[in-house]
Amino acid sequence: MTRSIPMTMLLLWAGSAVAGQPSQTPTPAALWKEECAACHMAYPARLLPAESWKAIMAGLKSHFGTDATVDAPAAAAIERFLVANAGMRAVRSTGGPVPLRITTSPWFIREHREVAASTWKRPEIKSPSNCTACHTGAESNNFSDDLSGTSGGRRR
Amino acid sequence: MTHLIPLALATAALSIGGAVSAAAPREFLSRFENAARSADASFVPTAARGAAFFTAKHATAWSCSSCHTPDPKAQGKHAATGKLIQPLAPAAQPDRLTDPAKVDKWFRRNCSDVLNRECTPREKADVVAWLLSIR
Repeated sequence: MTRSIPMTMLLLWAGSAVAGQPSQTPTPAALWKEECAACHMAYPARLLPAESWKAIMAGLKSHFGTDATVDAPAAAAIERFLVANAGMRAVRSTGGPVPLRITTSPWFIREHREVAASTWKRPEIKSPSNCTACHTGAESNNFSDDLSGTSGGRRR
Repeated sequence: MTHLIPLALATAALSIGGAVSAAAPREFLSRFENAARSADASFVPTAARGAAFFTAKHATAWSCSSCHTPDPKAQGKHAATGKLIQPLAPAAQPDRLTDPAKVDKWFRRNCSDVLNRECTPREKADVVAWLLSIR
């Protein structure tokens, strides 16, 4: 019996070494990307204030119409990551509801005021939440105004 | 002693196969099938029933196929966000049905969206049987 435990450990170690993948906890940033980007672009934390992220993480059971629940340790790590990197822009008057949508933030509406309603409705855009349709660098956190690589002019 | 060696070998074999928690697709069928059999010993997973379940609407506006398409070898598209979804059949997407945490997570979420409840072991066994039947 005494020999069996070291043998188990040796085999576990050998298996892990062969696979080249020692088990390790993913970083909060990796968890954020993995979980959020499973269904949509992983929106950068700076696009909403901390209180919005807290409200979003508290409501994943019904996240814009879908169940987006993650296990408790991952949810806690993702929330900490979002809050630590959250935006500082004021998004509501004191006492108002906590905003949950990036696309209804005053700054978002202002930044996109030149985009025509017909442009939003194009099949390849479909929704203001589809950042990458126009901001091709959005996945790399680049939301510059240079949309020359896209199929659309802003005013059409 | 005797029971420890098979356990260690199995663990090592799984590790050699890839990620630490990796499992073979067929193990999920056994798992759901065994769970269903504990309630009904006569249960046999049936691919055709899995296919019908997958494409039917149940309690909401969405079926499984609303996002995954009715073809498990085809790329799907999230019905709300448009995000591309890789095929579900292991024959078309080799990392499907290999990670227990992912399998549990997505059954939990997606059954909630489509049925407003968890899927039963019978339903999961049928769907997995169907996915494994795709060549």
